[in-house]
Amino acid sequence: MINFSVNGKPQQVDVEPSMPLLWVLRDTLGLTGSKFGCGMAQCGACTVHIDGQPVRSCVMPISAVAGKQITTIEGLSVSGDHPVQKAWIEHNVPQCGYCQSGQIMSAVALLSQNASPSDEDIDNYMQGNICRCGTYPRIKAAIKSVAKGVDLAKNVGDDA
Amino acid sequence: MSHKIENVSRRQFLKVSGIGASSFVLASSLGSYTPVWAQPTSQDDVELNLFVSIHADNKVDIICHRSEMGQGIRTSIPQVVAEELCANWELVSVVQGLANKEYGSQNTDGSRSIRRFYTTLRQMGASARAMLEQAAADLWKVDVNTVYAEDSYVHHKDSNRKVSFGYIAEAAGKLSPPDPETLTYKSKKEFKLIGKPITGIDSTEIVSGQAEFGQDIRLENMLYASIERSKVLGAKVKSYDAEAAKSVKGVVATFKMPEQPMPVMFHPMNGVAVIADNTWSALQGRKSLNIDWELGDNVKHNTTEYVAELKNRIVTKGKPIRVEGDVYSDLENSIDTHSAIYSVPYLSQAPMETSAATAVVKDGKCEIWACTQSPQVTQQNVAQALGIEQDKVKINVTFLGGAFGRKAKPDFSIEAALLAKELNRPVKVVWSREDDIQQGFYHSVSVQHLAAAMDDKQQVTSWLQRTAFPSILWTFTGTVDEPQMNELSLGFGDLPFEVNNLACETHKATGHIRIGWMRSVCNIQHSFAQGSFVDELASKAGISTHKMWHQLLGKDRLVNPKTDDFDYQNYGEPQDVFPVDIKRIKRALDLVVEKSGADQPTKENEGWGICVHRSFVSYCAVATKVKVVDNKVTVLEIHSTIDAGTVVNPDRVRAQQEGSMIFGLSIALLGEISVKDGAVEQSNYHDYQVLRMHQCPKIETYIIESDAPPGGVGEPGTPPVAPSLANAIFHASGKRIRDLPVKNHMSV
Repeated sequence: MINFSVNGKPQQVDVEPSMPLLWVLRDTLGLTGSKFGCGMAQCGACTVHIDGQPVRSCVMPISAVAGKQITTIEGLSVSGDHPVQKAWIEHNVPQCGYCQSGQIMSAVALLSQNASPSDEDIDNYMQGNICRCGTYPRIKAAIKSVAKGVDLAKNVGDDA
Repeated sequence: MSHKIENVSRRQFLKVSGIGASSFVLASSLGSYTPVWAQPTSQDDVELNLFVSIHADNKVDIICHRSEMGQGIRTSIPQVVAEELCANWELVSVVQGLANKEYGSQNTDGSRSIRRFYTTLRQMGASARAMLEQAAADLWKVDVNTVYAEDSYVHHKDSNRKVSFGYIAEAAGKLSPPDPETLTYKSKKEFKLIGKPITGIDSTEIVSGQAEFGQDIRLENMLYASIERSKVLGAKVKSYDAEAAKSVKGVVATFKMPEQPMPVMFHPMNGVAVIADNTWSALQGRKSLNIDWELGDNVKHNTTEYVAELKNRIVTKGKPIRVEGDVYSDLENSIDTHSAIYSVPYLSQAPMETSAATAVVKDGKCEIWACTQSPQVTQQNVAQALGIEQDKVKINVTFLGGAFGRKAKPDFSIEAALLAKELNRPVKVVWSREDDIQQGFYHSVSVQHLAAAMDDKQQVTSWLQRTAFPSILWTFTGTVDEPQMNELSLGFGDLPFEVNNLACETHKATGHIRIGWMRSVCNIQHSFAQGSFVDELASKAGISTHKMWHQLLGKDRLVNPKTDDFDYQNYGEPQDVFPVDIKRIKRALDLVVEKSGADQPTKENEGWGICVHRSFVSYCAVATKVKVVDNKVTVLEIHSTIDAGTVVNPDRVRAQQEGSMIFGLSIALLGEISVKDGAVEQSNYHDYQVLRMHQCPKIETYIIESDAPPGGVGEPGTPPVAPSLANAIFHASGKRIRDLPVKNHMSV
């Protein structure tokens, strides 16, 4: 049995210790907002936060998550009213939308560390998240538009 | 009170006005076909026609019968219908249509959703509005000419009376649908929705992780399957270790997929499925299968040798499909000639969401949930694979996490259906990224040869172009070994140049891996070769590339490229409605040069490249600026213009152009699938790279205002990107890239 919390709720699972967190979230817990894109930390579609840090959940064994606090896109806000989600809607960022959970989780982590990132900061931080539709210019614009000083942490887990 | 009524008028409506007015509806099938209807959001609605239902609370459901894969169709279809319906946009919901013949073709490909359905969708909106107006006039006992619809209400002009669509819907549903000849439409200046940059209707669901993609389907008692498929096309399973796979925790069963005949067509590939109670266990189980393969003939395929062979062949005289004047004697007699060979490798669509489908097979029926571009094709093929009638197969279309042509194939749904039948439980088939990259339907590898002659005034007097690539039709026949008319209609035989001597020729090339559609298809290689060669000729003549384009395009006119040997397809559109219009090509090019400043001098080590291309009956020009230092290319900015005729949602058109620039840069800079001993060498995003945020330049998009009928949008942006980039690299560095991708020659 492995114990951890997801979006503020305690969870207990009995799975292979090597099973990546992504599949525990998607298949065991039914939280399908975090996406499978590559399985080798190449694309970022599976990005979640572990104790506030962005992590590619497709390569994170569940055994390494014991006792940790996990936040997924569903924990950010299921109604889309987190400031970063709102900026995404405002800039009409999504095309197919598949990578956007991971993009948003990376962007929230970036903005939590750096409230007013430069173009270069954004390039460096976000280059681990692929978007095949090509929404990069809008992602960049959305990140820059998020009001400086917004307390990004306060919404995390509110809907959990 | 329930407003659900038995709507007998629907069929009558279709016969009278229908979708049937256009060529793609099978009016004859309407009598016997039993449709499966999309489920409306509640039971209190009245269906006024195939696309429009009105609820008692005044909410409107509008059907989207095409697949959403990022192009914004679930927003733009309701925009068109709601416009003519005069509905309040805030009250509109979109309902995804199931596979259903009555919609006409649902194959979401060829950049044609709006192009083909614009008129029909307006008709659906206008017809429903006319029924609501008539019902209100009947209620008030006034002349229908004294009422009008606005914002989901019908108003009476001569009094202050108004009635909501929801209130009047039941009465409207009992009326006979109006004669389409009597319908009235809004003028452009009356539009409130068409032409407006409306935000994506699914944005909130997407940004909150609630949108349901093919990968996200979860059914009670469902099993997860992952399939180890043949790495070489046509290879057969000789033996495998079922017990080892089953010893992996979570694995429930293994199953050898039914051996499929060649040609491969849409059949699943041969292989062994591992079925488990979660995806991870299924993926792990595959590693223990230890399959012994009988590889077959395609094991001899190696791209290095194959491309070399095509390059040898391409410099010889080919099979002419379009000839004007005498290219050969002119080339022989000219003092100033130039020639070049270009190649583009196999490419993979690599959408962010790999293929996935979930199936339930029960009581002789099957239900599928899939991220498919082609629900009707899926329905046919699943029915065939299960040996049941098509009307016993229900296809639900989920969101598609990108597609770019890959998800036009029903193979993954067939796999799910076969496994669900075998296991007698719901099964979801999940493709890994390795499966996606290594067992795809690839954009064809290709080689082109171009040659031209110029006179002493730098006028091009001859243009010879040859192309060779394995045809998509090979996948379906196993025998076709040369490019087909529909492929040659994609930017090859429709070359719009005004030169005295012109020859377009093809060469043979057979297939060895599955060939399929990828965004803009053969336009990719044809535009790359032509756009590069125009630039090469300009440099040779000592004039600007912009000027050379004008010279080659010649005077403003409509070009009909059809000849006895070249049955030009024009993207399935009539040439009188969608001609090849030289004036529009020039306007797209001139505007991109003007807006970007591509004709202005640059700093040292920097250069501009331009290209223009007509595809999917739209016109797109691209200007790209690069910097080349120490053999490293940095793309600084990319500008594009698009003339797609009438535009429904300019923001989504803009988004498609942005996406096309990035897709095109991925192809040009990084894209390469290579094959060794019959197997694809790349496996994931680390070795099949696509553009990332830090490689993405500044992007500017200019939409050309036009009242022409709507053209394609999803694909026309891609073709001119690679040539504009290669030309920019040449002007920055003097280095000419003729074999894509750029990464094989320079660091990117």
